[in-house]
Amino acid sequence: MTKSALLVLEEGTVFKGVSIGAEGCSVGEVVFNTALTGYQEILSDPSYARQIITLTYPHIGNVGTTEEDNESAGVFASGLVIRDLPLLASNWRSQQSLSEYLQAHKVVAIADIDTRKLTRLLRDKGAQRGCILTGDNADKAQAMAAIAEFSGLKGLDLAKEVTVAEAYQWTENTWTLEQGYRQGEQLTRHVVAYDFGVKRTILRLLVNRGCRVTVVPATTSAEAVLAMQPDGVFLSNGPGDPEPCTYAIAAITTLLANKIPLFGICLGHQLLALASGASTEKMKFGHHGANHPVQNLATGRVMISSQNHGFAVKESSLPVNLIATHRSLFDGSLQGIKRTDCPAFSFQGHPEASPGPHDVESLFDEFMALMQS
Amino acid sequence: MPKRTDIKSILLLGAGPIVIGQACEFDYSGTQACKALREEGYRVILVNSNPATIMTDPDMADAVYIEPIDWQTVEKIIAKERPDAILPTMGGQTALNCALALDKHGVLEKYNVEMIGATKEAINKAEDRQLFNEAMTKIGYEVAKSNIAHSLEEALAAQKEVGYPTVIRPSFTMGGSGGGIAYNKQEFLEICERGLELSPTNELLIEESVLGWKEYEMEVVRDSKDNCIIVCSIENFDPMGVHTGDSITVAPAQTLSDKEYQLLRNVSVAVLREIGVDTGGSNVQVAINPVDGRMIVIEMNPRVSRSSALASKATGFPIAKIAAKLAVGFTLDELKNEITKGATPASFEPSIDYVVTKIPRFTFEKFPQADDRLTTQMKSVGEVMAIGRTFQESLQKALRGLEIGINGLDEIITVGDDYALERIKREMLHPGPDRLRYVADAFRSGMALSEIHDISKIDPWFLAQLDDLIKAEATLATKTLSTLAAEEMYQLKRKGFSDLRMATLLGASESDVRHTRHKLGIRPVYKRIDSCAAEFSSDTAYLYSTYEEECEARVTDKEKIIILGGGPNRIGQGIEFDYCCVHAALALREDGYETIMINCNPETVSTDFDTSDRLYFESLTLEDVLEIVHLEKPKGVIVQFGGQTPLKLARALEAAGVPIIGTSPDSIDLAEDRERFQKLLERLNLQQPPNATARSLEQALLAANDLGYPLVVRPSYVLGGRAMEIVFNEEGLQRYMKEAVSVSHDSPVLLDRFLDDAVEMDVDAIYDGEQLLIGGLMEHIEQAGVHSGDSACSLPPYELAPHLQNKLREQVASMAAALGVKGLMNTQFAIQGESIFVLEVNPRASRTAPFVSKATGYPLAKIAARVMVGQSLASQGITEERIPNYFSVKEAVFPFVKFPGVDPLLGPEMKSTGEVMGVGKTFGEAFAKAQRAAGVNLNDSGKVLISIRDADKAKVPEIANMLVAKKYEIVATGGTARYLKAAGIPCEVIYKVNEGRPNTVDMIKNGQIQLIINTTEGKKAISDSFTMRREALQHRVPYYTTMAGAKAACYALGELDAGDVVCLQDLHKNLCC
Repeated sequence: MTKSALLVLEEGTVFKGVSIGAEGCSVGEVVFNTALTGYQEILSDPSYARQIITLTYPHIGNVGTTEEDNESAGVFASGLVIRDLPLLASNWRSQQSLSEYLQAHKVVAIADIDTRKLTRLLRDKGAQRGCILTGDNADKAQAMAAIAEFSGLKGLDLAKEVTVAEAYQWTENTWTLEQGYRQGEQLTRHVVAYDFGVKRTILRLLVNRGCRVTVVPATTSAEAVLAMQPDGVFLSNGPGDPEPCTYAIAAITTLLANKIPLFGICLGHQLLALASGASTEKMKFGHHGANHPVQNLATGRVMISSQNHGFAVKESSLPVNLIATHRSLFDGSLQGIKRTDCPAFSFQGHPEASPGPHDVESLFDEFMALMQS
Repeated sequence: MPKRTDIKSILLLGAGPIVIGQACEFDYSGTQACKALREEGYRVILVNSNPATIMTDPDMADAVYIEPIDWQTVEKIIAKERPDAILPTMGGQTALNCALALDKHGVLEKYNVEMIGATKEAINKAEDRQLFNEAMTKIGYEVAKSNIAHSLEEALAAQKEVGYPTVIRPSFTMGGSGGGIAYNKQEFLEICERGLELSPTNELLIEESVLGWKEYEMEVVRDSKDNCIIVCSIENFDPMGVHTGDSITVAPAQTLSDKEYQLLRNVSVAVLREIGVDTGGSNVQVAINPVDGRMIVIEMNPRVSRSSALASKATGFPIAKIAAKLAVGFTLDELKNEITKGATPASFEPSIDYVVTKIPRFTFEKFPQADDRLTTQMKSVGEVMAIGRTFQESLQKALRGLEIGINGLDEIITVGDDYALERIKREMLHPGPDRLRYVADAFRSGMALSEIHDISKIDPWFLAQLDDLIKAEATLATKTLSTLAAEEMYQLKRKGFSDLRMATLLGASESDVRHTRHKLGIRPVYKRIDSCAAEFSSDTAYLYSTYEEECEARVTDKEKIIILGGGPNRIGQGIEFDYCCVHAALALREDGYETIMINCNPETVSTDFDTSDRLYFESLTLEDVLEIVHLEKPKGVIVQFGGQTPLKLARALEAAGVPIIGTSPDSIDLAEDRERFQKLLERLNLQQPPNATARSLEQALLAANDLGYPLVVRPSYVLGGRAMEIVFNEEGLQRYMKEAVSVSHDSPVLLDRFLDDAVEMDVDAIYDGEQLLIGGLMEHIEQAGVHSGDSACSLPPYELAPHLQNKLREQVASMAAALGVKGLMNTQFAIQGESIFVLEVNPRASRTAPFVSKATGYPLAKIAARVMVGQSLASQGITEERIPNYFSVKEAVFPFVKFPGVDPLLGPEMKSTGEVMGVGKTFGEAFAKAQRAAGVNLNDSGKVLISIRDADKAKVPEIANMLVAKKYEIVATGGTARYLKAAGIPCEVIYKVNEGRPNTVDMIKNGQIQLIINTTEGKKAISDSFTMRREALQHRVPYYTTMAGAKAACYALGELDAGDVVCLQDLHKNLCC
């Protein structure tokens, strides 16, 4: 039997729908993502910790879920909001329906609401703190009380929460239609990857280019990393505000001083900026989608990128030794930076895609080239 | 890179007449291209033979040539206009083929014209099967196993390697013309023979079948800096085996995970790069094995296409417009998406938050002998698109927009017995036009989803949605309207159920359901198409209805006029009506009204974003229109421009209090109602052919005795002469009444004395209540009895005496006043000697309105729209009829080549899909051009085969002598030959098909015949000569099945090469009145 659910926003709007995931109450920052495919990758992206994801495409769950498509060991998002859960999942790789997957990962989710209305509201008023509450007796007051206890993402260090407890080696290669995942071969470079909430596809793309990857916890010191004698260090994506991650900023500063080749994605990009003396800010409703045009300022080439961030680097704050390399054609915001005095660069969007177009994947090649020189 | 400044003028090639596989989507793309290029300051020269297009309006391009689209004619235009560049990617296969021919014959080099948008190499690589397959292999993608054949022997050898079923694809044909799927040797040989004939390069691809695989289309745009975007992905509901134009398609793709989708995206971009499409839009078709995801590239089109038009309408991203700008050097990052008024850039991939479903519209009822099984050759003539927040909603909206008498998933067969089950299984396995409804019936009969999938191969995701709808129907059928709770009603509306379908299931009336729904406070809301899933705020006034919480319509309080469009194209109602709707919108917008368009045909210009102030992409049903009227509260609604579709809503709209402007629904009814109209004509002292109305067979037989044979018989209230026939005797009438129509008190049959040998005339006019403007008098070339839409015609008349023409003008004036016309009216007359008979009056836009507008320079639809809102003709300064000093000939174009087994004889039932126009100083020159534009290649000498019925023999010497004078040798069948010899005209005698060998068909097959004149009557004679006409069609030998047509062709023979090319602007310049 279908159970009712409510989505309540801090500004007071209530959406009534049905519960399609785990039962309970969940609070987070409500954001929307306009990607048409890849709901499972989105749900399992640790960067969504403490966020309730609204997917704007109405049918979500069409292809079910498969172990292969998880971007991490679990689901970090606080909830899922969709218009319609299909009656049947259809895809040759499907192992579990979306609803079963949500329940298995204890994710509270709501369907059958006017997600376009919600999206327009978030667009106009900015990302909102919100609460999904399941059950036929769910009421607004209870949800509002829960929301009041959540202070929002600003100032919140979530990387520490989602990171791995202990370092580990990663050797799995990228997915192919014919063979699925294989183990990497001839891994001649050693990359240490900081896990601030890393997506597996990033690690696989490094393996694909001949890297042996050591994934380390977010709080690992620069000295410990240097002791591993890496050819390069990767700064992963992750959730929350970069500013409170002072431990990471300190480590990056040291690594930069040691001229270790550095490549950052998303939160990693913001941390590189902070370590270089730039500043970051919270965005109104962020960038979440798989259709964002980003221009390479050097070549003029436009790439369609996957995006997922609620904080951004202020371009006006860039010091002279940190230059802009990419910019969004949606709103002109800063999308990529490069140090002029150290072998370090970073990208705000997601070159690893998953979900999303593979247009920006060449940044991984740039990282390889940086390690080579 | 900004736009190129080394190019100043650009020649744009149109797509020519509407045919199956190439419809008004190319008017849409061509019109966008014209606007885009002129916006950038280029001089645009346009060639298109189709007068019913918006792109051929004189203010669309700097020089508009309504001329045949062949390289010889286009060379003349190039020599005269000396364009710097030619853009061939906006006019479908016609334009591509013409551009290649221009290049091959050295014309482009000679006049130093650069091909932009696509290179010759890219076109060849994409269109030539072998080159394409090699290219795909080179970039590491799979294609279906295949081999090229240039002869039947090679084809058979190739077939052995790929096995049955075998897919046969002729090279360089559009819409899969001549292709098919063969399950056995006999079918294989038949299709190959036809395909070899139809391929301009006599080349076939014999291909491994991937029947049952999932089929996808990707719409890709690329610029000169190699920036690539995917505008839209489309998934076919019908798996591989059905031509994508005949498939139900859904956007975006539904059953792909991100990993698969990105592979598909990568493939699509790689294909464009390898083929070398440097700038512009292309589509890539891919098949995916549902079992393991294996991917095969099917084909790509290096140009805008039907699906790019669909993708543009589905996403709010104007592919043709952007492609045109890219062709002149812009890059994607330099362009904005104007549909969203710049809220989104051109260099991104649209995200949509709704589901779009397209359903093709077929007209097999017009061609009973045609094979209606769907294969790789396209057979549909139109399509409807609908938008909903869910697949169910969009599917059901699309179904009711089809106008085929269904309001949703209506039952097609009574389920319950074994016969029904067998039928359902067969229809699911070998799909015809109604497979979707048979699938619904399969669920109704209790068949399991898995079994339905096994038979149909339709993806289970779609099937589950259908299953759910059928379950909802079953539940609804157990209820009554009064016990239906508001929440239940709301949920059903969210699934897309129409009021009418719910009414049927509840056993209530549509108005009761609507009334109850309104009482429960359930009305649709309107959401915007903004290309970005609401991520950015935009003012795009492009809306669709759905049942949700928030309405984004933001209705204004301006004075508004709603124009109801024509819905899906079909034979009898096509681009001509869309043309009129567009003109109404443009004129009234110029006059300061807020114009609102409602239409559901994605191919059209009327559904382009800048045609009207607001666009509601909605089906044209009473329910959908009433809801918009309720919301918008317009000053007036125009129902007279969109053909029968809006017209049949007129009465009900009026009854609901909707302000219909122009000629009143009652006047329209007065003209359509046989008995009322008869009384009116009697009062005006005008003649009709002797006629009667019969409500039973007995009545019909009695009436026939009074009237005398032959008789034109037809059901009342039909469009395009549906089920209209000429019967010659009582036996014929009996058969017609028993087999062809179901007659009853409410649907009587109309009998008209057939006027043998009468000249038919069409008159288009505008009346404003005081003054009449004659738009034009058109003399039909084929005699009365051939449907006016199928007949060629000349403006001004080429033979009719001036005093008779004046009488027609007077009669039209008296009828206009008596009917109370306010706006356009079309009258058809038959003239026998000095007697004038009124055949019919249609106080609304006619099929000929665009042709007359092009021929005279008067934009009739615009003038009429202004009359409808109260501006008199005098106030518009347009009162004098313009009679051009040149001839314009309109010729019809037929789909017979797509339907083997169908007799290409003309009759009272309309069968043409499109039209072309030829302009000349003499009638002969104009007719010659029209023939050429219609693809009829007249030779100036050769052998003519004449075989005619007795009734026409008196006319044969005149024609024969004209032919002899033109250096034609005559070959005739027995009776005709005797008559000719008796008249002293030498001729060779040849056997008819059943008389012996060698016969007429042998001669045609051997290429010995260059022209055929063949008239026939009577069942036996018709069936005896059928193969001859089919062979002529297959071998592209010009043939005329009426004496009048033959005579016109004789006039044309002297003028085959004489024609100068003239642009519309120059023609109209000399037309002061």
